[in-house]
Amino acid sequence: MSVIKKVLTTVAIGAALMGTSASADTTRIALVVKALGIGFFEAANKGAQEAAKELGDVEIIYTGPTDTTAEGQIEVINSLIAQGVDAIAISANDPDAVAPALKKAMDRGITVISWDSGVAKEGRQMHLNPSSAPLIGNTIIKLAADHMPDGGDVAVLSATATSTNQNIWIDEMKKVMGNYPGVNLVATVYGDDLADKSYREAQGLMATYPDLKAIIAPTTVGILAASQAVTDAGKIGQINVTGLGLPSEMAGAVESGATISFAIWNPIDLGYAATMLSYNIAKGATAEPGAKIGMGRMGEATLDENNEAAMSDPFTYDKSNIEEFKSVF
Amino acid sequence: MSTTERYIPDRLQSPWARRLRSWETLLLAVAVAIFTFNAFASPYFLNAWNLSDATFNFTEKAMIAFAMALLIIAGEIDLSVASIVALASTAMGAAAQLGASPTSLVLIGLVVGLLCGAFNGVLVTVMGLPSIVVTIGTMSLFRGISYIVLGDTAYGGYPAGFSFFGQGYVWWVFSFEFVLFCVLALGFGVLLHLTNFGRAVYAVGNNATAALFSGIRVNRVKFILFLLTGLMAGIASVCLTSRLGSTRPSIGFGMELEVVTMVVLGGVNILGGSGNIPGVVIAAFVMGLVTFGLGLLNVPGIVMSIVIGGLLIGVIALPRLCSMWRR
Repeated sequence: MSVIKKVLTTVAIGAALMGTSASADTTRIALVVKALGIGFFEAANKGAQEAAKELGDVEIIYTGPTDTTAEGQIEVINSLIAQGVDAIAISANDPDAVAPALKKAMDRGITVISWDSGVAKEGRQMHLNPSSAPLIGNTIIKLAADHMPDGGDVAVLSATATSTNQNIWIDEMKKVMGNYPGVNLVATVYGDDLADKSYREAQGLMATYPDLKAIIAPTTVGILAASQAVTDAGKIGQINVTGLGLPSEMAGAVESGATISFAIWNPIDLGYAATMLSYNIAKGATAEPGAKIGMGRMGEATLDENNEAAMSDPFTYDKSNIEEFKSVF
Repeated sequence: MSTTERYIPDRLQSPWARRLRSWETLLLAVAVAIFTFNAFASPYFLNAWNLSDATFNFTEKAMIAFAMALLIIAGEIDLSVASIVALASTAMGAAAQLGASPTSLVLIGLVVGLLCGAFNGVLVTVMGLPSIVVTIGTMSLFRGISYIVLGDTAYGGYPAGFSFFGQGYVWWVFSFEFVLFCVLALGFGVLLHLTNFGRAVYAVGNNATAALFSGIRVNRVKFILFLLTGLMAGIASVCLTSRLGSTRPSIGFGMELEVVTMVVLGGVNILGGSGNIPGVVIAAFVMGLVTFGLGLLNVPGIVMSIVIGGLLIGVIALPRLCSMWRR
């Protein structure tokens, strides 16, 4: 055997070993985020690791660019395609820009789903929304009604009058008002997602409706400003501010009691569910309209006509868990 | 008088010894080492298509780096290049919304690049302002305009033919971008090393006053270099926009630092006066290979930046350490 032959055989065996060790039976799922070092996504990675542990034969590759740019994510996607991972679950920086790269990934047999921030339809097999408009609409009124056993007046402090998301949520909320007898919606005002305007609108609500029991703000700017206005007016305990907020910003209001509880998606659950869905689709589940795909402890995702699914009700944060989450996002 | 001729060397070392000890040889060795390391570290590295995908990590930046190398050799710098990319991309996006054809989109990208370069050039050569200050200002200005126009939104809907510049292949695994990179490398190599203009660039960078007294129109040379840099940023913008198929104001964010890193890693003296194009070409490959190789090992981007930074300092410090040790 010549030296060259020997070297060639060694290289071949080495390559074969490397190949088998990488593909063995382990399913490799890449969790691609907008940028590394963001608390929200670090928490999603925690959820993905939890799912991997539960599934047993899964390796999570948690990766993403340093800046939230589409070109950075494309570099990451290209290197994942080169490695031949089994699945990519991405929160996209740009729904269109990453689509060609992801399409290439799907052409090479890689399962691609998007979560949190979606990808254009042709660039993914399904998209997982953290929640859905009906679920959010129901949650925000329920959070207020839960602490109003005798009913009473509530008001909504929204973003702008033309905010698509907020308007849909408020409409959905109005649809289910009948399930909460005694709760009256007296006004909807707009703080334009500006801290000072939201603050003044909250003050106006308190002056106009002295019997107001709750302010519902389905916007992170509004809920923060309203809880500040209630605190400054000395009405903690009389008026409960609730809605959608960020734990890091709302920790103070929850401590003081201006806000008893509020909601937003839970990134840990989101990372967990995205991993479970990637795994199930990579293992043969078909992502098509109407399909139901398992998400482990989060139940089942039902795909709509655009292959989109909603994970769950928004997650409720109160005194019992705010400490844990305020450092996360 | 006899007519015998004798070759009188202008350097003490023979040309071969000089070449062996040169920066490019060192850099080439580094590139080969990285290539070999990658090939062993990851089983996915030695694959023509994977390597072809990897060239996109550096081609656009390298196109700008060629012009930037000339500019830095002439003693100036342009830190606004990434913002020119963003502004040119925004202009192309706006035109695409009005139904512009791929050809006119390319022209718009190049013209915006040229105009931005001309603006920098006028401020530096006519007003006599330091280029580092001017281009830090225009860096915010150009990208700021993109942010005002686009805000949170994005331009998409580019015509189908436009995607060729960033996603098309000329032959087999050789993408349009990679071929353009090679052509531009050759063009800039000829311009810098074989033309009078190239000699003038070195002269301006070594001693602008002496160059002026030797009859070189210093400001004109500098102005042309700013124009060229703007034009190359425009070309890079066409490629990047075509590759992404959409424009956001954050497009190409942070690119200027990678471009300057590439130039300095390529052996161009940051103070001006020396450097060459082959060095920059090798540096482009080194940076592309490092980021792609580390990407295959799933090394986080932050660590990649640290490695590139370490490489830059290492490659610059090594020759100096060697000469200290020799003494």
